[in-house]
Amino acid sequence: MINFEQVTKRYEDGYEALSELSFHVAQGEMAFLTGHSGAGKSTLLKLIMLMERSTRGKVVVSGRDLDEIKRRKIPYYRRNIGLVFQDHQLLFDRSVYDNVALPLIISGAQPREIGRRVRAALDKVGLLSKEKLLPLALSGGEQQRVGIARAVVNKPALLLADEPTGNLDPELSAEIMRLFEQFNQVGVTVMIATHDLSLVARMRHRILTLQQGRLMSDGVV
Amino acid sequence: MWPNKDRREQKQLHPSNQSERRKVEKGATHGAIARNQRLKSYFGHHRLVAKESLLRLLAAPFSSLMTWLVIAIALTLPVGLYVFLQNAQQLSQEWDDAAQVSVYLEQKINEKQGRKLAQHIESWNAVQQVRYISPDDALEEFKEFSGFGDALQYLNENPLPAVVVVSPRTNGVDLESTQALLTRLQKLPDVEQAQLDLQWVDRLFRIMALGQRMALTLGLLLGVAVLLVVGNTVRLAIESRRAEIVVVKLVGATDAFVRRPFLYTGIWYGLGGGLLAWLLVNVVIYWLSGSVAELVAAYDGDFGLSGLGFLATLSLWIFSALLGLLGAWLAVGRHLSKIEPR
Repeated sequence: MINFEQVTKRYEDGYEALSELSFHVAQGEMAFLTGHSGAGKSTLLKLIMLMERSTRGKVVVSGRDLDEIKRRKIPYYRRNIGLVFQDHQLLFDRSVYDNVALPLIISGAQPREIGRRVRAALDKVGLLSKEKLLPLALSGGEQQRVGIARAVVNKPALLLADEPTGNLDPELSAEIMRLFEQFNQVGVTVMIATHDLSLVARMRHRILTLQQGRLMSDGVV
Repeated sequence: MWPNKDRREQKQLHPSNQSERRKVEKGATHGAIARNQRLKSYFGHHRLVAKESLLRLLAAPFSSLMTWLVIAIALTLPVGLYVFLQNAQQLSQEWDDAAQVSVYLEQKINEKQGRKLAQHIESWNAVQQVRYISPDDALEEFKEFSGFGDALQYLNENPLPAVVVVSPRTNGVDLESTQALLTRLQKLPDVEQAQLDLQWVDRLFRIMALGQRMALTLGLLLGVAVLLVVGNTVRLAIESRRAEIVVVKLVGATDAFVRRPFLYTGIWYGLGGGLLAWLLVNVVIYWLSGSVAELVAAYDGDFGLSGLGFLATLSLWIFSALLGLLGAWLAVGRHLSKIEPR
């Protein structure tokens, strides 16, 4: 699903965020990405999302070499990936329903399809009763679940999360992680960047540890 | 910017429209249906974005009104000048109907010769009507209108020549053919002098041509001003929604999708300014029409100010909307591409 081959990312100021990084995440796998801040977790996710391009090496996602995707085609590529942010990045001037519907409206889905899929996604994260509320009326954990619903509403084959539990207490964090596990159980490839090592250790999934842009360790703890 | 839950959801379950149902029954290919649906959701999105960007402007009525007023004033100046020139042209056309050439005959010509000449002139195609005024009649007229009647008694003989007053056959304003007729009359034998009475009409026309050019220049300059105003306002709108733009780009929005609400915002600014300008022009016309009526009445005239016609109004609105769109397009082109997810 995700294949990095000798990938190096050097920014314009000379800083090398990733150095000859190689790894492979198979379809249907669930993996954690850990490391100190500055280890290159964010850069790795940015390369997959095509927010950045690698300086050297090859990134292949769902069998597509990302170097071959032209700028104009990036939006269509991104529609196949669900992305969950640390600060959930909801739009506060519209309801929970409209936030979750956003990816479907962008991809031009039919109205009746939108209604059905938004409710299915909200149902999965347990927020069906709150579809009409504004995000500000929700708790932090609920806001993050709306963010997850928005990420999965397009039924992506790949789900990425960048510090999804960064601002949540341990109990809520565990709850969010269980949600990701549920999506993984129905076949979605999941990759979660986090520095919450104690939480990761309890989950028994593959862990990729980065240090200064290189892979330090890879495997189940 | 991004639409609310679509209320047509229920309707779409059962195609309400007859032809739509027939199409489905006939079993159109899957591809055609998909394309049809895509087009439908594309136009549906346009409609929703248009509505939402208007509602967004109306949600901040004060600042929107300020922008609309600035645009309206910038448009009112050239449009007002245009209306003024239209009226001046109409007024001068009425005067031009009275344009006549006075042909002064040489003193040696007697009445019989004079009348014969007048008949000859009347036979020309370019001439509508001819009136012969003998020296005696001319003297009578002069006595009556000049106020020098008493002074004329001291003259031994009538100093006035016979005059043939020629009305040219013209359609409306046609100074060139009138000028040609004048030259032709001047070249006639026995003619002392031919004079176009309304030469000032020509001058007026030159002044009006200058005015038209001024209106155009003013229009161009102020059009650029409207572009800048809309561009700057849209730039601020883009800035204030930066975070939102980043999010929608990350969930797969194309540039066109991100651009759309801002382009509609520009259209609404332009159109709103155009409507206000139309209102302003009409208020000014209404305000002036009273004094114009008094002025015209003082000259025994029959003239009323006319406002913007239907076509001119329509063009004003379309033009202002296009101006808004263009201004927004310039701002979007410059600023939107700089906002990329980082």
